Amino acid sequence: MESGVVILIGMFFTVAVYLMLSKQLVRILLGIAILGNAVNLLIFTNGRLTREVPPLIPDHLYAPETATANPLPQALVLTAIVISFSFFAFLLVLAFRAYQELGTDEVDEMRIAEPEHDQTPPQGY
Amino acid sequence: MAGSSVSVDLSQAMNTAPIALGDWLVVAPSLITILGGALCLMLRKNTDLQPKLGIGFLGLLVVANLALLIRVLDHGVITMVMGSWLPPFGIAFTVDTLGITLSLIGSIVAFCAGVFGAATVDSTGRRYGFYPFLLLLMTGVCGAFLTGDIFNLYVWFEVLLISSYGLLVLGNDRIQLDGAVKYGVLNLIGTNLFLIATGMLYGIFGTLNMADLALKVAALENPASGTLATVAALYFLAFAMKAAAFPVNFWLPASYHTPNVVVSAVFAGLLTKVGVYALIRIFVLILPASRGYMADVIALVAIATLLTGAIGALAQSEVRRLLGYVVIAGIGSMLAGVAVGSTLAISGAIFYAVHSIIVMTALYMAAGIMNMMGGSYDLRQLGGLYQKSAAFAAVFLVLGFAVSGLPPFSGFWPKVILVDAAFSDGRTWLGAAILVSGFLTTLAMGRVWIFAFWRGGPEGTTDGETVAISGETGTQLSGAAVWLPLGILTALVVYFGLQPEWMLELSTQGASGIVEPLGYLRSVFGGQV
Repeated sequence: MESGVVILIGMFFTVAVYLMLSKQLVRILLGIAILGNAVNLLIFTNGRLTREVPPLIPDHLYAPETATANPLPQALVLTAIVISFSFFAFLLVLAFRAYQELGTDEVDEMRIAEPEHDQTPPQGY
Repeated sequence: MAGSSVSVDLSQAMNTAPIALGDWLVVAPSLITILGGALCLMLRKNTDLQPKLGIGFLGLLVVANLALLIRVLDHGVITMVMGSWLPPFGIAFTVDTLGITLSLIGSIVAFCAGVFGAATVDSTGRRYGFYPFLLLLMTGVCGAFLTGDIFNLYVWFEVLLISSYGLLVLGNDRIQLDGAVKYGVLNLIGTNLFLIATGMLYGIFGTLNMADLALKVAALENPASGTLATVAALYFLAFAMKAAAFPVNFWLPASYHTPNVVVSAVFAGLLTKVGVYALIRIFVLILPASRGYMADVIALVAIATLLTGAIGALAQSEVRRLLGYVVIAGIGSMLAGVAVGSTLAISGAIFYAVHSIIVMTALYMAAGIMNMMGGSYDLRQLGGLYQKSAAFAAVFLVLGFAVSGLPPFSGFWPKVILVDAAFSDGRTWLGAAILVSGFLTTLAMGRVWIFAFWRGGPEGTTDGETVAISGETGTQLSGAAVWLPLGILTALVVYFGLQPEWMLELSTQGASGIVEPLGYLRSVFGGQV
């Protein structure tokens, strides 16, 4: 089952990289959202996929009898989801504010901080 | 739950002994800053109280870090596990000399920035949360320096990243939004790469504790194998992005000159250095074989970074943008230490990181003062500042000498160590690049001093003539809040230049503690290693 998920993750990464290489800020942000999901799936798969075996230990034993689903990647993914979601929300607002102020969402045209025809530094002393 | 009366020996999985009172210091830096940040956030409308609270908590942070450093020097590496679960199950905070030294210097710099911010951040900036963001940024910085768990390191990176976003857009200017877009997107991609590599590392070893990882990697038959090489390459790219190494440095010159100058000062001092710290921690402690395998790549990146930074600095006429490139050149020096990888070289990189944290913050503050005095950040319009304050001109010259690596200031000793280590490792080009970069940085800083301080007035002023400059003179500037932080940082620069023994000892101890990590591993796993 891992191989199927791995192919899916690969597709997620492909789409994310393709979108992030775009010049429109909105598409870049969509790429980042998909990248976050790709990373989450990757962590989840790295914890090995075990179907429908909850990590319960019977009363008379100290350890589960069979291999169970690994709970740690789920905790990691949960953390990562919260973080990437909050960053995505922040970046969306930032992009909207930048669009309002700069009047563009083309990254090539965002040249306020680094003007295109910058003056040369002082020549001579 | 019948029959669960079996007595279980908890000591195998839990730390049952009470924790020594002094060991609570391990979590004190994070606790103080989170509590302080929350308190400042609640009182954010009280703009008079904010600076007092913020500076108070930052002062407390310095004291806590100093106490922790003394404890680490007395007792060796200290480990504390969350919820008392023994490693590798519980999240561990492992404090060694490397981490606590950087954490202490970082908190001193943040304290100075807090004081400087009292004079430069207006009430709007305070209401929008300058002090809460600064404190939470320090939570992330100190947490990253002190944690012993690699996923936890990622979380601290995100804490400091989201706080830095808040600081960067404080004020909402057009130019800030432009800079923040580039900074935000590229840094987020960087942390995602970090997370990918961490996920894969977990997939291979099934653990996230740094000491456990170091042991398991060392136990591998072929520690430079294919999968680990992928992980190492991803980590290198991720931390190079965080540290602004060439060719992934473009977010830094695009954004560092856009916010309030005190924010730039904190960023220039701390953010890139956390990236370098993580690089040292992971490549020297956990993946030493991969570091050896990638040493040539790291050396090439270091050379390119050294030269890009220095040449970029020469091409700028805006002081803050120029300083942004000087930050990049410094990153190259630290990467050179990682590329060589001997204890000597790593100690040079650590000393350089300490020096760079102090001197870059001081230089950005000095740029802010230049703007207050001369009304501009542009070298074409600045001039005649020497007549306004000869003492400030001297301070700037000291800082310029230090950042270029000239004696007798703090930049000299780490550069000597790094060049020596590079030459004795046979990496002549790397040593030469450090020297050339230092020479070009000297030129760049010399130009700033000549144009802004020595020249009689703005561009076009003839030799020997002095033009009266509007703007405030040195004594008119709002007193202690401006001069005290710059004074403290400059004093440190001079002190580490004239009396380097103390910092040399700390950085050597920090370096040998991760090159031969027996003390680190024993602290985490007890005496069984």
